[in-house]
Amino acid sequence: MDEKRHEGRYDRQTMLPEIGPEGQERLRRARVLIVGAGGLGSPVSLYLAGAGVGRIGLVDDDRVGRSNLHRQVLYAEDEVGQPKALAAARRLRALNPDVEVEPHVCRLSAGNVRELVGRYDVVVDACDNYATRYLLSDACVALGRPYVYGAVEGFCGQVAVFCRTAGSRTYRDLYPEEDAAARQALASKGVVGMTPAVVGGVQAHEVLKLVCGYGDVLDGRLWTIDLRTMQSYVVEI
Amino acid sequence: MKIKVNNKEVETAASSIAALVDELALPAQGVAVAVDNRMVPRAGWADFALAEGMSLVIIKAACGG
Repeated sequence: MDEKRHEGRYDRQTMLPEIGPEGQERLRRARVLIVGAGGLGSPVSLYLAGAGVGRIGLVDDDRVGRSNLHRQVLYAEDEVGQPKALAAARRLRALNPDVEVEPHVCRLSAGNVRELVGRYDVVVDACDNYATRYLLSDACVALGRPYVYGAVEGFCGQVAVFCRTAGSRTYRDLYPEEDAAARQALASKGVVGMTPAVVGGVQAHEVLKLVCGYGDVLDGRLWTIDLRTMQSYVVEI
Repeated sequence: MKIKVNNKEVETAASSIAALVDELALPAQGVAVAVDNRMVPRAGWADFALAEGMSLVIIKAACGG
């Protein structure tokens, strides 16, 4: 391994007593699955790759569209039309060659969710639909994986951590009515780029807390933010 | 009585969360309610008695990524 490449790369985070060299080693050994390489998946994957998470899996079956570029900061103009998971993997490897990036160009389904989740230690939900969120939550309960949930709409966002231990809250405790969620009219797709930037940043940091073991994880608690008013709440689920 | 809804003082005659949700004309689906920083499941809204000074947070469901 090229030692020069490491020189100083993580200094500014390892000098924090919460992380230190021990936390850095934990990050290096960590395997994180990010479901969705869009608005949330962009900051989540960039910051986790930057932080030195050893293995990052990225699930997305979509291609880069021009209307993605205002918020999906993983991608550049000349990548429009390319599969997101592959373009993202290139970007993350360029950012930090220490990180092993595993692109999964597929849609998460009942058929593959357990196999995928089972290969990682922590799951980050950066997807854009209710059905995938229920699938992920159920798989994380069954396999005992912490599930870092995040969602955005317009100027508002929310983050919670589910399934951390056997008795932990799950996504179903937040939204128990799966049928009603499936029926819900498609919400407005309008969003400013800063909403997923803020929310994805918080999700990525919850992963750091889980892996390095510091702070109070949003375990069974929902954090919400409205960027118009800057009103923010943390409520027990 | 006076309660707080999303940090704003509100004068209400509603005696339960369900009545308040009606009074505020909130949609039947897609909102969650927390009282004093604790989420109250929808099934409990009709029986949850509101009292002077309680602080409610109404959270809209979000699903975008």
